[in-house]
Amino acid sequence: MSTTTTPNPSGAGAPGRSREKAPAGEKVADWADGRLGIYSLAKANMRKIFPDHWSFMLGEICLYSFLIIILTGVYLTLFFHPSMNEIEYHGSYVPLQGQLMSEAFASTMDISFDVRGGLLIRQIHHWAAIVFLAGMFVHMMRVFFTGAFRKPREINWLFGFLLFVLGMFTGFTGYSLPDDLLSGTGVRFTQGAILATPVVGTYISMFLFGGEFPGGDFVSRFYSIHILLLPGIMLGLVVGHLILVFYHKHTQFAGPGKTNKNVVGMPLLPVYMAKAGGFFFLVFGFIAMLAAVASINPIWVLGPYRPDQVSTGAQPDWYMGFAEGLIRAMPGWEINAWGHTLVLGVFIPLMLFGLFLGIIAMYPFIESWVTGDKREHHILDRPRNAPTRTAFGVAWVTAYMIMLIGGGNDIVATHFHLSINSVTWFVRVGFFVGPVIAFVVTKRICLGLQRRDKDKVLHGRESGIIKRLPHGEFVEVHEPLSQEALHTLTAHDQYQPAEIGPTVDENGVERKVKRPQKLRAKLSEAYFGEDNQIPKPTAEEYKEITSGHGHH
Amino acid sequence: MSSQDIPEENLPAERAADEHAHGAVSVADEKHPFADPGLPPHEHRIQDIDERAAKRSERTVALLFTLSMLATVGFIASFVAIPADRIVYIFPLGHISGLNFALGMTLGLALFCIGAGAVHWARTLMSDEEIADERHAIAAEPEVKAQVLADFKQGAKESALGRRKLIRNTMFGALTLFPLSGIVLLRDLGPLPEDKLRHTRWSRGKLLVNVNTDEPLRPSDVAVGSLTFAKPEGLEEHDHDFQTEIAKAALLIVRLQPENIKDKRELEWSHEGIVAYSKICTHVGCPISLYEQQTHHVLCPCHQSTFDLADGARVIFGPAGHALPQLRIGVNDEGYLQALGDFDEPVGPAFWERG
Repeated sequence: MSTTTTPNPSGAGAPGRSREKAPAGEKVADWADGRLGIYSLAKANMRKIFPDHWSFMLGEICLYSFLIIILTGVYLTLFFHPSMNEIEYHGSYVPLQGQLMSEAFASTMDISFDVRGGLLIRQIHHWAAIVFLAGMFVHMMRVFFTGAFRKPREINWLFGFLLFVLGMFTGFTGYSLPDDLLSGTGVRFTQGAILATPVVGTYISMFLFGGEFPGGDFVSRFYSIHILLLPGIMLGLVVGHLILVFYHKHTQFAGPGKTNKNVVGMPLLPVYMAKAGGFFFLVFGFIAMLAAVASINPIWVLGPYRPDQVSTGAQPDWYMGFAEGLIRAMPGWEINAWGHTLVLGVFIPLMLFGLFLGIIAMYPFIESWVTGDKREHHILDRPRNAPTRTAFGVAWVTAYMIMLIGGGNDIVATHFHLSINSVTWFVRVGFFVGPVIAFVVTKRICLGLQRRDKDKVLHGRESGIIKRLPHGEFVEVHEPLSQEALHTLTAHDQYQPAEIGPTVDENGVERKVKRPQKLRAKLSEAYFGEDNQIPKPTAEEYKEITSGHGHH
Repeated sequence: MSSQDIPEENLPAERAADEHAHGAVSVADEKHPFADPGLPPHEHRIQDIDERAAKRSERTVALLFTLSMLATVGFIASFVAIPADRIVYIFPLGHISGLNFALGMTLGLALFCIGAGAVHWARTLMSDEEIADERHAIAAEPEVKAQVLADFKQGAKESALGRRKLIRNTMFGALTLFPLSGIVLLRDLGPLPEDKLRHTRWSRGKLLVNVNTDEPLRPSDVAVGSLTFAKPEGLEEHDHDFQTEIAKAALLIVRLQPENIKDKRELEWSHEGIVAYSKICTHVGCPISLYEQQTHHVLCPCHQSTFDLADGARVIFGPAGHALPQLRIGVNDEGYLQALGDFDEPVGPAFWERG
C-alpha cells in the first residue's frame, strides 16, 4: 500500500508528471517555491504596474546612488586604516613625504596614489554621496509638492525623512575619516557645537572624543558609525521604504482612466525591470564618468589635520551647508550667570537645525489635522491646486537656500566681490523675510495658474489664431479641450474650510470652543478659504458657456 | 513649432466652415463633460508597425551592449598598461591622472551603455500598452479586525498579565532596569571633563617657540605688521599628545605700537607692544589665521568672527561670543619672550561650566 501512496522521490517512473519535461529554470523555481513560496510572491509582484512620470525616477536615483555608495564603500574599507597613530609619510606623493600624519590620512593617500583605481573608487564614493543627498532632497520636494505624503503614506514619508537626516550624518562621519585639514576643521566645529549644549555638552564631548579634542579615538569611532551603525539603520529603512512603495502601490497623476482606485502604467516585468535596472547602470555610469573628470576632496592639496592650522574658504559638503549657514549668521550671544555660560550663539543654531528639519517631517500630520481628511489619496496634486501647501514648501526651500548662501558667505563674498559683512547681514534678514515673500509670491502664482486652468476649461485653449468676424470684430479662436483634458483639469478635490459652527446653541447657551479647534478653523480658512483657492469650474458653468448663450 | 501643433481641422480655412467655431465643444459625453472618459486608446509606435524600425532599434541596443563590452576591455587594458603616476594633459581638464581618467571613462562608458541599451530596449521594443491595476484598501475589513481583536483578548487573557499584577510589575521593573547596564558600559568612552578645558601647557617661564622655525622668539623677531604663530617650549610634533595640546596652546603674536593699544589690561600684559592671544577662535574652535595689519583685526576663516587685537581682542563682527583670551608675556634674562603664566580663562569655544 505504501508503495502506491508514497510518491517516488526521484519523480522517475511517475507517468504524466510535468516535472520530467520541465525546463531547468522551472525546476529550480519549483525547488525554491517549495521552500520560499516564490510563486505566490511573484504572482503579486512580477507584473506589478508602475505609472510613468519623469519625477518618479528621482527616488530611483537615491536608491541607486545608495547601492553605489555601499559597493564602493566596501572596496575602500579594504585599504583604509581607521587609526589616528601619527606616522611619517613615505608614499609616492612627493610634496608630503616625510610629514607627520595619522594613519587614516596616510592610508587615504595610498588609496589615492598607490592603489590602482583607488582614487577612482574614492571619488565615485564621494560623488555618489553628494548625488544621494541631492537626490533625496529633490525626491522629498517631489513628494511634498504633489501631496504624495498623504494617507496612507505618512509613515513612508517619515522613513524617507530619517534617511535624509541619517544620510547627512553618514556623509559627515564619512568625509571626516581621512583626517585631512578640511575635515578635521569640520570635526572641530562639531565639537565646538557639542560644547555649547547646556549642562551635558562637555561630557558628551569628552565621551565622544575619548578625552579632549582631537584625542586619538574619533577616527576609529566615526569609522564604526560610518560603515556599520548608520548604513545598517539606513539599509533597513531603505528596505522598509521600498516594501511600503510596493504595498501602497505607486501614486499617479490624474488623467483619463486614472482613478483613486487603480494604478495605470506598465508592468514591472519586463518594462520596469529594464527601465529601472537600466537606470541603475545609467546613474552608476554617470557618476563613474564624473569621478573620472571632476576631482573631489583632494586631500593631498589640504594636507593632514593640525588643530592649529586651517585653510581659507573652508566649506562642508553641500548638505551640511545649511547648518553651516545657521552657525555663521547667528550673532554671538552668550549669557553668563551663576558661574555658568549659556552659549546661545551656537546652541540656538543647533536647535534651529533640528526644528527646521523636524517641521518638514511633521508636515503630513499637520495638514491632515487641518483638512480632517481620513481618506486614502493615490492621485497626486498638481502643486498649483494646493496653493498654501506649495507656498509653505517654497518658503521652506527659500529659507534653506538662504542659509546655504550663508554657509558659503566667504565664497559668495570673494566670487562676487561683496563685503562679507553685507552678505552675512543679507542672510540674517533674508532668513526671516525671504520665506514670507516666497510664500506670498508662490501663493499668488498658484492662484493665477488655477484661474488659467479654469479659463482653459471654460473657454478652451488659446490657439493664437485671430479671426475677423463679418461685422469687423476680431476674436481669437479658442480651441475647445478634449474630454480627456477637461477631466484631467477638473479631477482634483477642493476642500471647504472647516467651520467651528455656531458658538451659541438653540437655547442661547454659549458653547465653549477649545483653542486647538479655533486654530484649526483659522488654518483651514488659510488653506481653503475664499481667497486661498479658486473654485474649480463646474459642469453647469461649462454647459452654460458652451451652449452659446454664455458668449462673452 | 507652434503652427505645426495645431491640428488640421483647427486651421483657419477649416474653421471658417464651422459656424460654432468660437467656444464649440466636442466632448463625447454631453451630459457630463468632465467625466472620466477612460483610458485613451493605445497609440502605436513606429517600431510596433514597421519591422524595419524595430530592427533598427534592435541594432542600436546591440551596438550599445557591444560598446559596453569594448569599454570593459578598455578598462582592463588601462589598468594594466597605464602607470599610476602618469600625468596627462586633457583639454579642458588640465593636467590630471591618466589612470584615473582612463579607468573612470571606460568604467563609466561600460555601465552607461548597459543602462542606455536596456532603457532603449524598454522604450522602443517592449510593449508600451498601459494597463490598469486595481487598488485595494489598506485597512482590514471589519470582520478581520474583529477577529484580530478577539484573538488578542484571548491571548492576553491566557497570559493572565492583567490579573497577576505581581508578575506584570516585576517584569516591567526588570525590563526597565536591564538597559542601564548598557548605559553604564558606555562610561569608559572618555574621562570626565573636570577642569581639563581650563588649563593649557602654558605656565610661568615657558618660552614662546615659533611654530615654523622651532626656535624661541626674541622681541626683535616680531616685526610690526607681521603675524607669528607660537607654541610653548617643550611641546614637540612627535609627542603623542601634540595634537591635543596644540589644540589649546596655539598662540598668535603680533606687534602693535603701544600707543595704539586701547585696552589697559592688554597693554599691561604685552611687552613693547607685542601681544599674544590664543589662536583658537572662541566661537567653535577654528584656528584664527587672517590678520589685517592696518586695522589690527584678525579674522577666523571658518565663520568670519572678527576680533580687534588693539582693543583686547573683542569681537567686532561675526558669531563669536567673547574676546580671545590673552596670554601675559614678558622677556626672560636671556632676552627671550616668555609666558608669565597660563591663560586666566579657558581658551576656545564656550561651554556650560565656563562661567
